[in-house]
Amino acid sequence: MLTSILVYGLINSVILALITLGFTLTFGISGVANFAYGAFYIFAGYLTWTLLNQLGLPYFLAATLSVIITAFLGFSMYWIFLMRLRGLVLSEVIATFAVGVAILELFRWAGFVTYEFSLPYLVKGSVEVAGVVVDLQRLTIVAITAALLLFIWLFTRHTKIGLSFRGIAQEEYTALCFGINPDRTAALSLAFGSAIAAVAAIAVLPLGVISVNTGYDVLLIALAIAVIGGLESITGTIIASFILGYAQIITATYLSPGWMILVYLAAILIVLIVKPSGLFGKFKELEERV
Amino acid sequence: MAVKYRKERIDRGIKARCDDIFALTSHREMLYLLLPRALPVALLLIFPLLQGVVGLYWERVVTFSCVIGLLALSWDLMAAVGLISLGQAFFFGVGAYIAGALNYYFGLPPIVTIPTATLAGALICTLLLLPTLRLRGIYFALFTLVLPLFFMRIIEATKILGGTVGLSSLSPLPNVWVELYVPIIALLVFLFAYRRLLFATDYGTILMGIRDNDRAVMAGGINIYWYKAQIVFIASLPATFAGAFLTHYYQFVGMPAFALDYSILPLACAVVGGIGTLAGPVLGAFILVPIFEALRAFGTLRVAMYSLALAIFVVTLPEGVFHYLRRKYHQFERLVPIGVEEGG
Amino acid sequence: MSEPLLKVASLSKRFGGVVAVDNVSFELEKGGALGIIGPNGSGKTTLVNLITGYVKPDSGKVFFKGRDITGLMPYQVANLGIARTFQLVRPLYSLPAFKNLIIPLCSPRVKKLRGGRYGDRDAVALDLLEDVGFERDSPVPYKLASSLPHGYLKRLELARCLALRPELIIIDELFSGMSMSEIASTISIIEKIREEGVTLIMIEHRLRELFKVVDRVIVLNFGRKIAEGTPQEIVENEEVKKAYLGAEVI
Repeated sequence: MLTSILVYGLINSVILALITLGFTLTFGISGVANFAYGAFYIFAGYLTWTLLNQLGLPYFLAATLSVIITAFLGFSMYWIFLMRLRGLVLSEVIATFAVGVAILELFRWAGFVTYEFSLPYLVKGSVEVAGVVVDLQRLTIVAITAALLLFIWLFTRHTKIGLSFRGIAQEEYTALCFGINPDRTAALSLAFGSAIAAVAAIAVLPLGVISVNTGYDVLLIALAIAVIGGLESITGTIIASFILGYAQIITATYLSPGWMILVYLAAILIVLIVKPSGLFGKFKELEERV
Repeated sequence: MAVKYRKERIDRGIKARCDDIFALTSHREMLYLLLPRALPVALLLIFPLLQGVVGLYWERVVTFSCVIGLLALSWDLMAAVGLISLGQAFFFGVGAYIAGALNYYFGLPPIVTIPTATLAGALICTLLLLPTLRLRGIYFALFTLVLPLFFMRIIEATKILGGTVGLSSLSPLPNVWVELYVPIIALLVFLFAYRRLLFATDYGTILMGIRDNDRAVMAGGINIYWYKAQIVFIASLPATFAGAFLTHYYQFVGMPAFALDYSILPLACAVVGGIGTLAGPVLGAFILVPIFEALRAFGTLRVAMYSLALAIFVVTLPEGVFHYLRRKYHQFERLVPIGVEEGG
Repeated sequence: MSEPLLKVASLSKRFGGVVAVDNVSFELEKGGALGIIGPNGSGKTTLVNLITGYVKPDSGKVFFKGRDITGLMPYQVANLGIARTFQLVRPLYSLPAFKNLIIPLCSPRVKKLRGGRYGDRDAVALDLLEDVGFERDSPVPYKLASSLPHGYLKRLELARCLALRPELIIIDELFSGMSMSEIASTISIIEKIREEGVTLIMIEHRLRELFKVVDRVIVLNFGRKIAEGTPQEIVENEEVKKAYLGAEVI
């Protein structure tokens, strides 16, 4: 029993982390809270499905194209809507939220709601880990997440774009003095975050069905974890994912799966009352912004 | 040499004549001032009297416009303090469910459930949002976005309060006059009360200060968090009222009470109508809701279209329709040549 | 002797790896005027933030009229009678100048001291603006704060402090960006404030003007207090000269 909780908890946590990663990255780099995040996630899913089934493309081609096109979608959302709203945080929020809802409801209207829509597994079969049966797909997700984190770590330390990401994230004005274009960096950060959302979608959606409501759920998850871990911190995302991931599995095992959602609500409320900036958040409360 | 022109905006003559006590000197001036304010109010108050004539469709449209107008008004008041709500559906749903539950489980009549739901709902919503008031504005937006989704899923998962089926066969409103007049009067009362609060009191000045620069207001000895909490409560009232009212209007309450429509529509109305004016969002409601109803054939595509239109509006015409109309009413434009030729 | 009005005891604050304020202590008696000077980055503004509640200290205490006010919220500190200006002026841009003053006039402190209803406050606000040098019967007080030139904004900050009817005013770089004539008129305003019994702390870079106004000066460098004394003593202090000009001067 305990080992199964440990193993499933780990996998669940990694899934949550993977889902949230794109959102945290975008926010951490450019301060843009992408409320259309869930929409991009689902968009990538439907796009992959379409490429696979309507156009009959081979899997890896479809997957790669999806990631690129979703990244482009994120980039253009910035260019079209957000560039003019730069700095008006609340208008940005309204705009991304509206775009997200528009995309999701468009899919709902277009009829993407039946059970036919699912993505194929990357790897089939299952294996035993520490006496617990786990399917390979889930293990692949863990591997993908680890690889992704490594990639991000290397990217932000050794490439020009990556370094400019860190520069803008740490101190925007100084970065401007170095000739880093904030608009371009912000747009790229959105592209980057959306691309990661696409990767997450391709990896995780095969576990279930692609549905429009999942889009809202994903946004919910990302926001919950981001709040708990600190809106802009990747470390925080990971830690918060683990906390929530295990809390979910424990609740599902000892209470009933229906109560899992309450875990989120309770966690957010506790965090906001005790340490509002999140576990690893940088910005403290209102007054301390000197 | 070609003469270059620039655009110039000048107050209309009649506006200048109206600026002080001179407005009382002639009927024309008084009419100029009163008309834009009195006419819509008069129209709204007369409308229910036409009840037999205009047909059920238009009655529903006006009622629904009032409901959305209440939600949009509530949104605007919160926005005036810098709190952007992405989930008016939260307030709406809380009010709706409290009224529905009181009626279903305790048999209380609408005359009791609606006021109770309004006040209790506002209190609950304020308490739930309290933790976010100390934080950056984005947390409030985040929380209001997330709460209705949460509540929907909690109800679905735990099956309380009727679960996915909802509570039906609730008591109806006494008669058609109540159905039509109550939302209209509520809307007007809240509108005028809020306008007075925001624009004609020192309290309102403090609120506008908080939106502008909360640290400066704090330096002036004002506890901004207490004021923000007060505003959330005061602004929730029309929204919870709207939910409670609609529950008895439809005689049903269910998960759709937390639906996204109730969050997006008021937001769109506020943006289109003009943020910060209080009257603007109401105006926006009476423009957008009839269109929304007319597009019923499109089903959920409507929400998509509205969201997209909202995003475009936020970017292109942030000041909204109300400001535009007001400017046109008070000022006119003309082209003026730049530079002075000889003579003059 | 009676209690000092303000007593700062061993305040310290670090931000990450940087020590902003390092074990600073001083006392200020009622009616006095203290200047705080030091090179850029020496922690002057952070010290003010610590005293007025905008930043919580890591260690140390602040006493006002004998009462421990360490860690109180900024609005609580303001209501106790300490007003402050901001180095980067923070007016309420979308409101007219005199409406800016309504806010402190609505604070619990002022309500207790004077009472007043809507309408009364406008007149008080206009009086206050006149006290700080806004021309009375001109459109200036009615202009939006966003359209006021810098010197006026600084004086608006000062008016905002006065509106609170404080016992202590902490002014952060009042003279910066002002012309010589503006400084001269501002100094006379400050002298009038002192005559009415208000205690003063001034952070300044323009030392010559500052020394005309204050009785005592403390000098900060890298967050530490390196000197304290009368303006005359400070000017002759070797440590201070080294701090401002570098070690190689003489």
